[in-house]
Amino acid sequence: MSIRQLTDHAGEWLRGAGPHSDIVISSRIRYARNLAGYPFVNRANRRQRFEVLDRCKQEIVSKRLADNVLWVDLPDSPSMDRQLLVERHLISRQHATAGDDIPRAVALDAAETFAIMVNEEDHLRVQVLRSGMQLAEAYDQIDRIDDVLEEKLDFAYSRRFGYLTACPTNLGTGIRVSVMLHLPALKLTGEIEKVRRASRDMHLAVRGLFGEGSEALGDLYQISNQTTLGKAEQEILADFEHTVVPQIIAYEQQARQALLKQRQAQLDDKVWRAWALLTNARVMGTDEVLQLLSHLRLGVNLGRIEKVDIRAINELFLLTQPAHLQKLSQQEMDAAERRIARAKLIRQRLEQATR
Amino acid sequence: MEIVKGKKIEQHLCDLHAAEEGMAVKAAHTPINELLTNFVKLHSGGTQTSTSELTCEECGLSFSKFRESSLMGCPSCYKSFEGPLSPLLERAHEGGSHHVGKVPRRAGAGEQRQAQLTRMRKKLNEAVTAEDYELAARLRDDIRRYEEQAE
Repeated sequence: MSIRQLTDHAGEWLRGAGPHSDIVISSRIRYARNLAGYPFVNRANRRQRFEVLDRCKQEIVSKRLADNVLWVDLPDSPSMDRQLLVERHLISRQHATAGDDIPRAVALDAAETFAIMVNEEDHLRVQVLRSGMQLAEAYDQIDRIDDVLEEKLDFAYSRRFGYLTACPTNLGTGIRVSVMLHLPALKLTGEIEKVRRASRDMHLAVRGLFGEGSEALGDLYQISNQTTLGKAEQEILADFEHTVVPQIIAYEQQARQALLKQRQAQLDDKVWRAWALLTNARVMGTDEVLQLLSHLRLGVNLGRIEKVDIRAINELFLLTQPAHLQKLSQQEMDAAERRIARAKLIRQRLEQATR
Repeated sequence: MEIVKGKKIEQHLCDLHAAEEGMAVKAAHTPINELLTNFVKLHSGGTQTSTSELTCEECGLSFSKFRESSLMGCPSCYKSFEGPLSPLLERAHEGGSHHVGKVPRRAGAGEQRQAQLTRMRKKLNEAVTAEDYELAARLRDDIRRYEEQAE
């Protein structure tokens, strides 16, 4: 398996399947772990960082996690490949751009259900990604990975503080749970503030998914826990599964029904304009594409347009990002060239996917 | 950038870990830094000397350095800085002060074991620095054997 093989399809988490996949794009859980007896990455010397990397590599590629694990040494990888991994949410931007003197890697399984970053902020950052609302399944998998790794690795742990992490905000379980939600109707009806307030009250972080900083491009919102100490893994999960996500799903569904009842013509106009532009435009920027894909996705989910399936749309959210676009075209392009290639790719993919 | 009614509709609720989501962040660790600075000011009557001079015996990180980066240097820092850190942790974790989740299987005599590993690796580090490679090789074997003995 190689990075090249990752390029032209999306990971299992963008399948557009799984419970509530009309609103919940994906479920993700990650935890942070550090090897006992070493300084954390930021204070370890070069030799110690290499030792940590070797120790972790041995256990990760031992075939006990998956038959086929792709191990990518990041300092040796072209920057385009690293960027591709960032766009796919398999590594952080920090991990992609850290100095080449920091030995670091990421390990993936073929279906991209898990990704393990070694020597990021912590020695190990393990994440599991699933399509739709599948937090329980994601937790089972990540817990198994943890069990396998800790058979051979001593993790830094204290009875009082739990798993010890470089940043005190990850202390305790080290667990960060997040769901990526598509909330176009709340955005169109101007009620997205509700989600923000509810999340804030529950000490959850709300972020955008793609693009710079915190912008929620494509009406995609990522919600994650901030508390990792004093709450067990199951409590953190239960908050999401039984309280947070169902509540937001209900808000979005109400907003969708309101649009259907009260503003159907305007809704259809948004959806069909999106279709018209996506299938005809010749030059397209990422922000515009994400917004149009969002409206098209809403239209398909509400049965207002039946030309195309959700998976193709989900994949386009990813494949139209700069590094994906360049890998697919097998050439480096500047921003202007990318806008043209992007419009072309969308036309082709939507034509292929048209029922 | 999305603007609604003249206002940016997105805001950071937690800058701290936006980086790990693969998104650009301006300053990765601002909030806990602010917490720290405010806390230290509040509890030191304007002078920050006592807390700032705290240093981790194991890795040598000073509390003031920690304040700059928000990153601990090693597992022992949590013991060294426990005093000033505890109230901050409670604020960052909704009052949580003690771990209640998963316990690693090797945690039986875990803390002693971890301390032993730390000591052995420190010796190894000194041996390498002193270019005593014979001793370093021996220590490396010792560590490997020790690691392989599961509890």
